[in-house]
Amino acid sequence: MKIYVCVKHVPDTAAKITIIGNNRIDEQVTFIINPYDENAIEAAAGLKKQVADTEIIAVTLGKAAAESTLRSALAMGADRGIFIRSDYSPDSLVTARALKATIEQDGNPDIIFTGNESIDSEGFQTMFRLGAALNVPVATNVVAFKLDGRNVTAECKMNAGGIEVIRMPMPCIVGAGKALNKPRYPTLPDIMKARKKPIRTITLDCLDLRPPAGSMEILKLRPAVEKRRSKIIAGSPEEAVRELIRLLRQEAKVI
Amino acid sequence: MQKIGILIETRAQGLKPTIYGVITAARGAEHELYGLVLNGKGAEYREDLQAYGIHKIVDIQSAEGLLSWNPDNWAKAIVQVMEQLGINILFGLTTSQTKDVFPRIAAILDAPLLLDCIGVDLKTLTAEKSQFSGKTIATFKVRGTHYLFGIRPNVIEAHPAPARAEVLSLQTQIDDEPLTVQAVKKDSAGTMDLSEAQIIIAGGRGMQNSENYKILHECADVLGAAVGASRVAVDAGWVPHSMQVGQTGTTVSPNLYIACGISGSVQHFAGMKTSGVVVAINTDPQAAMMQHCDYGVVGDLFEIVPIFTRRLKTTLNRK
Repeated sequence: MKIYVCVKHVPDTAAKITIIGNNRIDEQVTFIINPYDENAIEAAAGLKKQVADTEIIAVTLGKAAAESTLRSALAMGADRGIFIRSDYSPDSLVTARALKATIEQDGNPDIIFTGNESIDSEGFQTMFRLGAALNVPVATNVVAFKLDGRNVTAECKMNAGGIEVIRMPMPCIVGAGKALNKPRYPTLPDIMKARKKPIRTITLDCLDLRPPAGSMEILKLRPAVEKRRSKIIAGSPEEAVRELIRLLRQEAKVI
Repeated sequence: MQKIGILIETRAQGLKPTIYGVITAARGAEHELYGLVLNGKGAEYREDLQAYGIHKIVDIQSAEGLLSWNPDNWAKAIVQVMEQLGINILFGLTTSQTKDVFPRIAAILDAPLLLDCIGVDLKTLTAEKSQFSGKTIATFKVRGTHYLFGIRPNVIEAHPAPARAEVLSLQTQIDDEPLTVQAVKKDSAGTMDLSEAQIIIAGGRGMQNSENYKILHECADVLGAAVGASRVAVDAGWVPHSMQVGQTGTTVSPNLYIACGISGSVQHFAGMKTSGVVVAINTDPQAAMMQHCDYGVVGDLFEIVPIFTRRLKTTLNRK
């Protein structure tokens, strides 16, 4: 079986985001593999244990530094990597086209795993665009799945504790949710081995993609300002609660 | 005249109240608003939808009748209706359902899509949404032939704008899709939809165990609130994942968010930062939640919350 896993190089959740100019961020912060993509690789590695003759190929699109995220994917269980290098961060329409072209050039996927979302752009859409481009079905926010022959049955998390059970034929795309599994930390030998695994580098430009009908461009970034009052209410518990209720009713008018 | 479609989300009791904010966001001077309904009850919603400015309510059906829930079928049916009616802008809530359908529509149309928007300006075709765990707000410019926007529930205040709506029914042609929905189940009975709640009372590490959530439920009953939790409480197994507020849980934006014993991680803030008023109850005055709240009470939640519940009962004159 051929499994592709799409991963993304993103700033660490804990990193302080500094805005440069109008619409860029300072990239001199710690970057990590997108946390949901760890679940995607873990799922692929789990399948490899079950299904003989399985190859896992990690694919990423990013600037030069993104190679480290590909190495993380290799340390977590991918067999080889494909690095689509780009000097800029394209929108999801272009990214999906690039992933499609790259995967098609490389081989015939049985399953493509992606993280359910990326924690930097929070766009929630690349996997669907990839699915449409490859003409394969997509399940999102998958928290459990099993193979039966050439079909995948997936449990997808919905709002308010709902679970939707989806069945789709392979090839297909599985968007890994956080609850799908617990990614293992790679061991030192895993990391050493990953250094020797092959990464093929191509450039976004050389893919010669057909331009999309639409685009999304970030004009401006601004910090999300905190304008909260931080009014600490003093007094005994009874007094404090009485004052809190008064403020919620009279000042904030929310109850 | 620009034609704008709005995917009308419903729940067991009827329309989702948060949909009115979406209609308000989509409204403009020169626009015609189409409410797209998939449960066949368009006529029932007429009064409510026209009060907010919907001009046409479209019951979307298949040749066999209602389209049962299937994200691919819904996406294809909505695209067909958009093409039939000449709708090139689509609005909706940002819920798990929209997150499953809108990207499929955007992919078919090769159109830009922005989910979790906190503001949309149709004149300039720009929209604002948060990025980087809620740490920044990005203004996007969208270009193309079609545009899709999902609005974060509760962030845009609803204002009525009466119109007269007519109801029409449109049939779509849906072939058998490779993807099928086998079942829809609930992981825990009766969990309120956090993203719809106007008031949320949430408990974190300070709750100590599952049993203690009872005091939050008691308070929630008086306030008509939903009960949420932080990741710590979910990971500890005290409450189901469906109650988790935060980056890996549900993103919420209620009018009032009461954080009990929640210290306030980056990931938690990412899920509730755009709430209206934030109250923190915590023993630690240095907790991040205390520093970024509107009203803070330093104290033991096991002491404060029951007093709060008791006093609310008297004040709000409820049983």
